[in-house]
Amino acid sequence: MPNEPVLALRGISKRFGAVQALTEVDLEIRPGEVLALVGDNGAGKSTLVKTVAGVHTIDEGTIERHGAPVQIHRPHDAQSLGIATVYQDLALCDNLDVVANLFLGNELRSAAILDEVGMEKRAQELLDTLSIRIPSVRVPVASLSGGQRQVVAIARALIGEPQVVILDEPTAALGVEQTAQVLDLIERLRERGLGVLLISHNMADVQAVADRVAVLRLGRNNGVFPVRETSHEEIIAAITGASDNAVTRRQARTTEKNP
Amino acid sequence: MSDLKDTASGTASEPDGPGGTDGTSGTDGASGTDGASGTDGPVSPTGAVDPRLLVRQEGLKGFLHEFTRRVRGGELGSLPVIVGLIVIAITFQSLNDSFLSASSLSDIAVYTAGLGIMAVGIVFVLLLGEIDLSVGSVAGASAALWAMLSVTHGMNDWLAVLMAITAGGVMGLIHGFFFAGVGVPAFVVTLAGFLGWSGVQLWLMSGEGTINTPLDSVVADLTGYYFSDKAAAYAVATVAVLGYVGSLLLDAKRRRAARLPYRPNSEIALRATAVAVLAYAVAYVLNEPAGARGLPLALVIFLVILVSADFVARRTTYGRQVFAVGGNAEAARRAGINVEKIRITVFGIAGMLAAVGGLFIASQSGGANKGLGGDNTLMNVIAAAVIGGTSLFGGRGKIWSALLGALVITSIQQGLNLQGMESDVQFMITGAVLLAAVVIDSVSRRTQKTAGRT
Repeated sequence: MPNEPVLALRGISKRFGAVQALTEVDLEIRPGEVLALVGDNGAGKSTLVKTVAGVHTIDEGTIERHGAPVQIHRPHDAQSLGIATVYQDLALCDNLDVVANLFLGNELRSAAILDEVGMEKRAQELLDTLSIRIPSVRVPVASLSGGQRQVVAIARALIGEPQVVILDEPTAALGVEQTAQVLDLIERLRERGLGVLLISHNMADVQAVADRVAVLRLGRNNGVFPVRETSHEEIIAAITGASDNAVTRRQARTTEKNP
Repeated sequence: MSDLKDTASGTASEPDGPGGTDGTSGTDGASGTDGASGTDGPVSPTGAVDPRLLVRQEGLKGFLHEFTRRVRGGELGSLPVIVGLIVIAITFQSLNDSFLSASSLSDIAVYTAGLGIMAVGIVFVLLLGEIDLSVGSVAGASAALWAMLSVTHGMNDWLAVLMAITAGGVMGLIHGFFFAGVGVPAFVVTLAGFLGWSGVQLWLMSGEGTINTPLDSVVADLTGYYFSDKAAAYAVATVAVLGYVGSLLLDAKRRRAARLPYRPNSEIALRATAVAVLAYAVAYVLNEPAGARGLPLALVIFLVILVSADFVARRTTYGRQVFAVGGNAEAARRAGINVEKIRITVFGIAGMLAAVGGLFIASQSGGANKGLGGDNTLMNVIAAAVIGGTSLFGGRGKIWSALLGALVITSIQQGLNLQGMESDVQFMITGAVLLAAVVIDSVSRRTQKTAGRT
């Protein structure tokens, strides 16, 4: 059983002008575990992800990696700490080919000269080990289908050998078949011992792959549930706040302590 | 499950498989549902080839097949420009015998160099999806600075040239800073630069009006020096061909060693022959016919700049980052690329190359004056980059388009000059060519969309 969290957020707060987007949010991501983060629209999921990814800086609280506090001010900081993020909009460059996108910002090179052969080879190997099928690694990303782009974006996150992968709504725009492929891919990430933070609106996906579910409601923690022992309804209740009272909050606290 | 069989046969013929699928029918692969992809895992541990994938045939036939498929799919590349150049050459030659004469062609080469060098800078800016309207003024101000330092103040000529180029670079960096650092649209920043730097130019030249280039000056040599030794042109052609073939062979060897698909020798031979014929034809025309003056220094400088810029754009991290910022700036930022730095430096490069172009113009016109870089210099430079095939929307284009576009524009000018046409007709025709280039670009892009490529 994995115990030591690879990444821990402690008391994270974030304000945008008059809006308190996040209030003292705690979250622990452990290696070899898929943690789902759920919540209604505006609950602060995306903001939380962006603070960890270095797109927004946090106002209060600390981010700990293997127990040691770290500072994340820029996307580059997060990458060098081994945190890879797959954004909902994928953040791919349509004009570049698959290889160039996979290695963007992390190019293999000698001096300033690109090692195209080395990159193409490693890209091919990576896609093979993940059982990802792409017509060719030299086609521009613009000519790929939605599902193919999604898996390219996920594969891209793995190039830098990260320890934590954050997936923001990876299945939102996908069909049945492609969703299954992405869920397979997430399980393969877990098998490789990575910590995975999965943001999703889709309860079926969450229950299919996640080990624990963290619920955010109005920018605050609203409980962490082990997926196997929690019913669909309980999670929905936590998301919508239908059961937001002292009793459930106490229950949530106790389940969090004894997973 | 017939799909399973497809996948299996695809895997069997996987190593550079010659299982050539029909060219155009399979390209519409955007529909996301294929049955075969559900069977992952033990069936194909090495990653099955997608059955819809067009596998390129080996050998010359495959190369031609691929070429026709690309053209049909709207990936015209440089084809329209090359066809256009041939049409221009035939038209003007039939109107006036002297168009393809040695002296006329060497004039075209020299004028192309100055315009093309500035266009290389603009191609970089266009790759970012931005525009630089200040090219002409930066060229004028830099040339004025050189003339003032070197001629009026008697500074060392080389040092003055270096100062002028540096000054051009600094002007570009200033544009870049206000664009990327402060966030003013590049259009407005460089419009301000356009006005401001021509003001600086007028101020620098206020005492003199015109400063003539001394005959022994470096700048006079830029467009005035020809390698009269015939060996020079052939040597440059040989170096170019050997370098090209060498890089192709090396690339093929490395790819073969890494077990990646590589160019077959027949295709390399075909490409090498084409480049060799072109290079030696140019060298011959510059050397041999009556009235030929040999290889112009201007052409050598231009080719060196062109090849280095192309190398930077395609083979270095910097170039990759330029394309990434032009394609999707937000994605580039999240990938850890310093977008501001890229933008500022690209404008710096454009300014530097504009200054070099300014010195070329000063060399051609015999000196720096208040109007240098004015008139239609800016429009010609931008037109050259666009006619060559660089997209105005960023992220798509080749450095070589600067050469092709500049060739088109100078050829038209030269042809019309030989016909004794006034600049009114020249402007109209150049405008029509620019429009035609953009129309071809838009139509081919639409075809590419339907063919699923960009």
